[in-house]
Amino acid sequence: MADLTTKERYKIERHSMPEQDALARSRNFEEVNLGYTFEIAMEEAERCIRCKNPVCVAGCPVAVKIPDFIKMIAEGKFEEAASILKEDNALPAVCGRVCPQEEQCEAVCVVGKKGRPVAIGYLERFAADWERNNVKIIEPKIPAKTGKKVAVVGGGPAGLSCAGDLIQLGHEVTVFEALHEIGGVLIYGIPEFRLPKEIVKAEVESLSKLGVNFVTNYVIGLTETIEELKARFDAIFIGVGAGLPYFLNIPGEQLNGVYSANEFLTRVNLMKAYDFPNNPTPMLDVVGKTVAVFGGGNTAMDAVRTSLRLGAERAIICYRRTEQEMPARVEEIHHAKEEGVEFKLLVAPLEFIGDEDGWLRKVKLQQMELGEPDSSGRRRPVPIDGAIETIDITAAIIAIGNGSNPIISQTTPELIVNKWGNIIVNEGNMKTNMMGVFAGGDIVTGGATVILAMGAGRTAAKAIDDFLKNPESW
Amino acid sequence: MNKIIEARFIGPDVKLFRIEAPKIAEKRKAGQFVIIRVNDTGERLPLTIADSDTSAGTITIIVQGIGASTKMLNTLNAGDYIHDVVGPLGKASHIENFGTAVSIGGGVGTAIAFPTAKALKEAGNHVISIIGGRSKEFVILEEEMKQVADEVYPTTDDGSYGYHGFVTQKLEELLKSGRKIDFVLAIGPIPMMAAVAKTTQPYNIQTVVSLNPVMVDGTGMCGGCRAYVDNKPVFVCVDGPEFDAHKVDFKILMQRNKMYLPQEKESIEHFNHVCNYDKMYDAEAKKTNHEVTHG
Repeated sequence: MADLTTKERYKIERHSMPEQDALARSRNFEEVNLGYTFEIAMEEAERCIRCKNPVCVAGCPVAVKIPDFIKMIAEGKFEEAASILKEDNALPAVCGRVCPQEEQCEAVCVVGKKGRPVAIGYLERFAADWERNNVKIIEPKIPAKTGKKVAVVGGGPAGLSCAGDLIQLGHEVTVFEALHEIGGVLIYGIPEFRLPKEIVKAEVESLSKLGVNFVTNYVIGLTETIEELKARFDAIFIGVGAGLPYFLNIPGEQLNGVYSANEFLTRVNLMKAYDFPNNPTPMLDVVGKTVAVFGGGNTAMDAVRTSLRLGAERAIICYRRTEQEMPARVEEIHHAKEEGVEFKLLVAPLEFIGDEDGWLRKVKLQQMELGEPDSSGRRRPVPIDGAIETIDITAAIIAIGNGSNPIISQTTPELIVNKWGNIIVNEGNMKTNMMGVFAGGDIVTGGATVILAMGAGRTAAKAIDDFLKNPESW
Repeated sequence: MNKIIEARFIGPDVKLFRIEAPKIAEKRKAGQFVIIRVNDTGERLPLTIADSDTSAGTITIIVQGIGASTKMLNTLNAGDYIHDVVGPLGKASHIENFGTAVSIGGGVGTAIAFPTAKALKEAGNHVISIIGGRSKEFVILEEEMKQVADEVYPTTDDGSYGYHGFVTQKLEELLKSGRKIDFVLAIGPIPMMAAVAKTTQPYNIQTVVSLNPVMVDGTGMCGGCRAYVDNKPVFVCVDGPEFDAHKVDFKILMQRNKMYLPQEKESIEHFNHVCNYDKMYDAEAKKTNHEVTHG
């Protein structure tokens, strides 16, 4: 295509994401979004006005060179686009699917000031998918080895992005993962229909080809302590995630049928309970039943949409504020609604009610209204006197966030954590109080997003590299 | 992949495995467990480490074939591999010199009680071991217990071996005889553990039980193993598995362990079906003299 003027670029309408029909997909686990064709991608890429000072890059937690990779797509150089992405992002096919672009790069996109922003996320996904599907042999650029060894604790987004940067800097990297598969929340948490596991495996495989060493079934703190790791590695990055689910602390939470979102999603995603009994991990039978999910974040959306796919007749989001306050990505809320998820807003659960054998049967919900703003500036939900409703449910899934996992802190007395168990770091370089030990991701911030954890992993990788070059600088 | 060094039945459907796992063998303490997956689609099974040998780099687990996954595990033999073994998980038993300590194991629970009994002995306790079983063949590890305990009392419900009666009756007998007992550890079926707790309560004896709830990850991540102790929720995998028996809500534990009963039945039928199919296939292959590999 000939060079377009900025005016012409503005005239091109944003291309929507081709997706599976809502009714059909609400009963299968295949991916909802189908991805751009190369024609659509090239045309969408022409919408980028190639700003001299690209604010989108500043809006990205890992600072992907967005205009550069988009320009390559516009020119049909998809392989080059993918390699530009990979310079800054170890998991582009993942981020193109799960990042909240509307709050980051696309939120600040200049094109978006007048119309709709460039579909940066969809283009990222396109380039990464194109490379995976078309480039069979990727010659990894093997950098000169530094001889320094780094242990990365936790194979989730923070750890993988840290490992990806460190290996490209020439360090020897070993990732230790407690579960039997690498990927952390990408494997156990985010469902197949939003992030196919094949994609996570391919991204991990490409890190493996670069030379990252992966050790599964290895719980740092128990199989080997941080102190012991220090003896055989030059630096350590802790990115173990949050991973200790909060419950509501209301009566009836012990009933059979009450799950944390972590358990529910782990059974379905990691253990493939949807394919029971071929996969022997069981799941409560929700076919034709009602499932209520408590919470308004991405995890709640994942759980409620998974319930539909397991055959639930009604799948309900129960959230104590309004849709405006929901932390979930707009696309997830939109997809959930299209698929037939019911939204009960301004309700708070009071009690789970079971039968005499301990099986969940009902939930008692308190109607709320928005009152005065609280310390966060959001209007606080307050109960409406006497407005209580009881609905019949078979399963309840609690998706209200995670506390910090205690295994590292309990087995590493020297490590300083705050009162919630989150590791305290210097935000600029992710250094903990222990020399040579860095941390990042949910274990530092509390539950956040994949991309923020990846950003922390990158910041740490840079700081680890500095430290390894000059250990006296600590 | 972890290699099985030794595998032998020690009771009806109860099999002992010695598995190569040097790092776990080196780190584990009494009371801790591992999670294993038999194959690449396998369920995550929590199993207490019964013993370890650091020089050989092995751990010992004892498995009762009840569900499809444990039955499948029990088809494995020395030389076979287990797909995943992770651990040691959970907190170690609290060990000190209490004075006289009674270790009670019911059925395969004796395998779980064994390492703690051994540790109690090493800490200087006078250890009394009560090994319960429905009948003689369910009384396991008697010889091993004799190596670590000062007194060993097998009991059977049907009187086919040792003391005729429940473990609690034997315990009650010891208490009534005026024996001073300072500590009781009870591991076995939930009704047995609840009964032991009830027996020791009036005597105000510190009593510990090891809980066996439904578990997935075993590292605190899922909360599926939550039990109620002192009316508060605990995650057995990271807060336990051992708890004060007088504070455990056994009713909730029992109720929660029934959560997947219908699925377990279906799973066993599926397992038997696949197993029979395999046998037929093997027989067929032998006839035609073709080599068979199983996926």
